[in-house]
Amino acid sequence: MIRAREGFVDAYRPAIGDAFVASREHVDELTITVKRDQLVEACRIARDKFGYQQLMEIAGVDYPERPERFEVNYHLLSVTENHRFRIKVTTDEDTPVPSVTSLWPVAGWLEREVFDLYGVTFAGNADLRRILTDYGFEGYPLRKDFPQTGYVELRYSEAEKRVIYEPVELPQDFRNFDFLMPWEGAEYRLPGDEKAVGQAPGAPSPAPAPSAPKVDAKAPPAQPKTTDTAAKTGAGAKANKAATKKSKAAPKAKGEGQPKGKKS
Amino acid sequence: MTTQFDIMVGAPNQQAGPKPTAGDDTISNYTINFGPQHPAAHGVLRLIMELDGEIVERVDPHIGLLHRGTEKLIEYRTYAQALPYFDRLDYCSPMCMEHSYVLAVEKLMGLEVPLRAQYIRVLMAELTRISNHMLNLGSHIMDVGAMTPNLWLFEVREDTLQFYERVSGARMHANYFRVGGVHQDIPEKVLADMGEWLDTRLHLFEDAISLVADNRIFKQRNVDIGIVGKEDSLAWGFSGPMIRAAGIPWDLRKSQPYEVYDRMEFDIPIGTRGDCYDRFMVRVEEVRQSAKIMRQCLKEMPPGPIGTLDRKVFPPKRAEMKQSMEALIHHFKLYTEGYHVPAGEVYVATESPKGEFGVYLVADGTNKPYRCKIRPTGFSHLQAMDFMMKGHMLADTTAVLSAIDVVFGEVDR
Repeated sequence: MIRAREGFVDAYRPAIGDAFVASREHVDELTITVKRDQLVEACRIARDKFGYQQLMEIAGVDYPERPERFEVNYHLLSVTENHRFRIKVTTDEDTPVPSVTSLWPVAGWLEREVFDLYGVTFAGNADLRRILTDYGFEGYPLRKDFPQTGYVELRYSEAEKRVIYEPVELPQDFRNFDFLMPWEGAEYRLPGDEKAVGQAPGAPSPAPAPSAPKVDAKAPPAQPKTTDTAAKTGAGAKANKAATKKSKAAPKAKGEGQPKGKKS
Repeated sequence: MTTQFDIMVGAPNQQAGPKPTAGDDTISNYTINFGPQHPAAHGVLRLIMELDGEIVERVDPHIGLLHRGTEKLIEYRTYAQALPYFDRLDYCSPMCMEHSYVLAVEKLMGLEVPLRAQYIRVLMAELTRISNHMLNLGSHIMDVGAMTPNLWLFEVREDTLQFYERVSGARMHANYFRVGGVHQDIPEKVLADMGEWLDTRLHLFEDAISLVADNRIFKQRNVDIGIVGKEDSLAWGFSGPMIRAAGIPWDLRKSQPYEVYDRMEFDIPIGTRGDCYDRFMVRVEEVRQSAKIMRQCLKEMPPGPIGTLDRKVFPPKRAEMKQSMEALIHHFKLYTEGYHVPAGEVYVATESPKGEFGVYLVADGTNKPYRCKIRPTGFSHLQAMDFMMKGHMLADTTAVLSAIDVVFGEVDR
């Protein structure tokens, strides 16, 4: 595993001056975000003054919700210092990123690949053709708004005796199962959630129980209901008679209602 | 029938300058197509070559004929479902492809892998290296004209594939390394057989190499072909045997050791001239060193679990699931929702048989990778084809291409 390089950020930050935007260290990996227009200079300083001889990888990432939606990550490796770090710039669809092909010839294809898959352009790359996708391909497949299934498919047509391109036709729709637990993990909206205005995204919290009417325990009831005479109970004469009947001797409760042989 | 199976002669180049001459005849520059279905192209490579007579002036490799959109597919899969795609990148060394990926996920999650699993991974990675080099060395020899050694080396490769099958259940697309460990334990008998195989069968490899290593014709075809010096190999992003042949002792197993490579004793062979012959011989020596590492693994491998005991990441054993409700729930959750990887980005590279194979993983805290960029090895090497081929003869193309060790599953992704 790679060990952190002591004091590298402290030395590199003043060296690149105001090109520096931010630095982040996460799981022992250093990421330095630089200004897009000063990328080449930042890379040159890293290569010539700090010994990062190799550019191993250029990786694009797409965040459609950001104003500058693309990130371009340059992974540098020093074989003398045995250290890696990442230079990050951001861009959008229209703004080109300066090419580093003047520093590393390997950047030529790596930039072509980012251009091919994301549509990020590189100013100064003399050979910015598509590289991985088909001849005559349209669109940028690794953007998040490009569907996984794509738009065209090709097959060999027996009738025309050649390979033809057709719009994608799926016998069954692509099913993107979402197994995420709604109350753990990412925040996401279920269909219909957008109607709930003012609610936090994610599963709606259960509606609160209706509050019980306030009761003042001390105040007497406004109109205590009483039955003045037995005749007014409304149960009928027979019942009234039975109600007024008094037992001669009420039986004494034995064991005070505790059933025998049972322990609580 | 017009065929793509051979080098096709195209139209003479229009933009030729002063015409070169050979004797009385005027020769114009030719543009020819090498591939995309040429047997020596190691897959679907299309090289558009501009020739001056038989001298290569410019090479424009067209790749992407095997592009399957692996990176896009991975964004739609859970972390466990993404793993089999890695077998299909460099299909000549599947387990080494898985290795970078599982290490990347483990690094983001901060997982500890049990020692036995680490030994198993190193053992299998080195077996894979032998397997890969058998194919590459054999086809390299065949591309420059010798048939027999390839047949012998395929014997050895067949053995390695059978070990693959006995260990993982599949001859090629193993899907054996898992995040947190490996899929299954290796039975003792297989380990014993592997040790015996190392002692008894590798002589086939030595025999095959003895036929060509000092062979005059083989040397004529390879020595001083496609020379790349130290400076150039750094600038062109070389790694693996390509950079070591140029004389830079750079091996990620030594310099940035992962798993238990820091416990292993092995040497890094380096070349002196940086030509195709050096690349070939570096690989030959790597096979011997891999065998050495495998022997150490077999000797030192401790008993113990083969995967992390964190049941939120690594599934329980089948027998446990029959007894324990909790194990059953864990299994169900792991194979539907999968595990969540904490947000962050990570770049992990391992020394695959072809060089530095890296995975740049961006996680957003869900059960699917937000972005998984695969850093193929052959991509950078193939880009240098133009640089390496300039001024060489047409017939040297195959030697240079073989010495790159290019596999298109990985280059095109």
